[in-house]
Amino acid sequence: MRFPARGNEDGWIRFGVGKLIHKIFAMTKQRVSYTLDSTLETVDNAEQTATRIAAEAGFEEDEVMQISMAVREAAINAVLHGNAYDPGKKVRLDFESTARDLVITIADQGKGLDVSKIPDPLAPENILKTSGRGIFLIRSFMDEVHIHPSHEGTEIKLIKHVHGPTVGGKEASP
Amino acid sequence: MKISNRQVDGVSIVDCSGRITLGEGSVTLRDTVRELLSKGRKKILLNLGEVNYIDSSGIGELVSAFTTVRNQGGELKLLNLTKKVHDLLQITKLYTVFDVKDDEAAAVKSFN
Repeated sequence: MRFPARGNEDGWIRFGVGKLIHKIFAMTKQRVSYTLDSTLETVDNAEQTATRIAAEAGFEEDEVMQISMAVREAAINAVLHGNAYDPGKKVRLDFESTARDLVITIADQGKGLDVSKIPDPLAPENILKTSGRGIFLIRSFMDEVHIHPSHEGTEIKLIKHVHGPTVGGKEASP
Repeated sequence: MKISNRQVDGVSIVDCSGRITLGEGSVTLRDTVRELLSKGRKKILLNLGEVNYIDSSGIGELVSAFTTVRNQGGELKLLNLTKKVHDLLQITKLYTVFDVKDDEAAAVKSFN
């Protein structure tokens, strides 16, 4: 997956590799993008950045925790399973906050996740397995999860609605 | 993550605090359990009362510790789950797999 360089256009900004500098846009629609190394530090940074942005977006404490955990799990997948710690491969992390949603996209440059091979961690035969719960937790914590694997890598889009799940989501708002 | 262990009536109580996550607490926990088993200590009570964060790797490490101890004829139980850890074990259906206690003295007695 090629990560195109972006300038300061349309609310986008591209930071240098490995740097996590945040910028708050005084706009209704806020968007920020990071290009990160395939390291454990990236996993921690992604989680911390998600925590901050979710809190700034107005989510409640429990939701902030859910979002940060989902982002951490997606970052683990990207760094470990996607890029396999390859220093030549990067992880792209995008946050887009609107009045309705927080949309987070994590993309790696790996071989592409085979979604059909993700085991059900709740199945009796898998319950005592020591791995394979990442995607399950992500789906548990977010309102929408879209996984787009390709031969250039995997992109996973995580969406949390600002006022709870909408009709068609896991739960309807009151 | 900080970890220490103490012996109470033949039970090894492992006090954990902080995070059990990839690259942070998982390896520490694994090494501690292995060390206890190597000394023949097969009654292990993991006190998670001060564990405020756990990710899928940490959950995997708890499962690994549980099965490793059980495969050697021992028992591993959990004590004092925080709400976050409790909720995660519920979501993953592991709450019923682990023997979870909330009183240390009663937990120690339950091994005998």
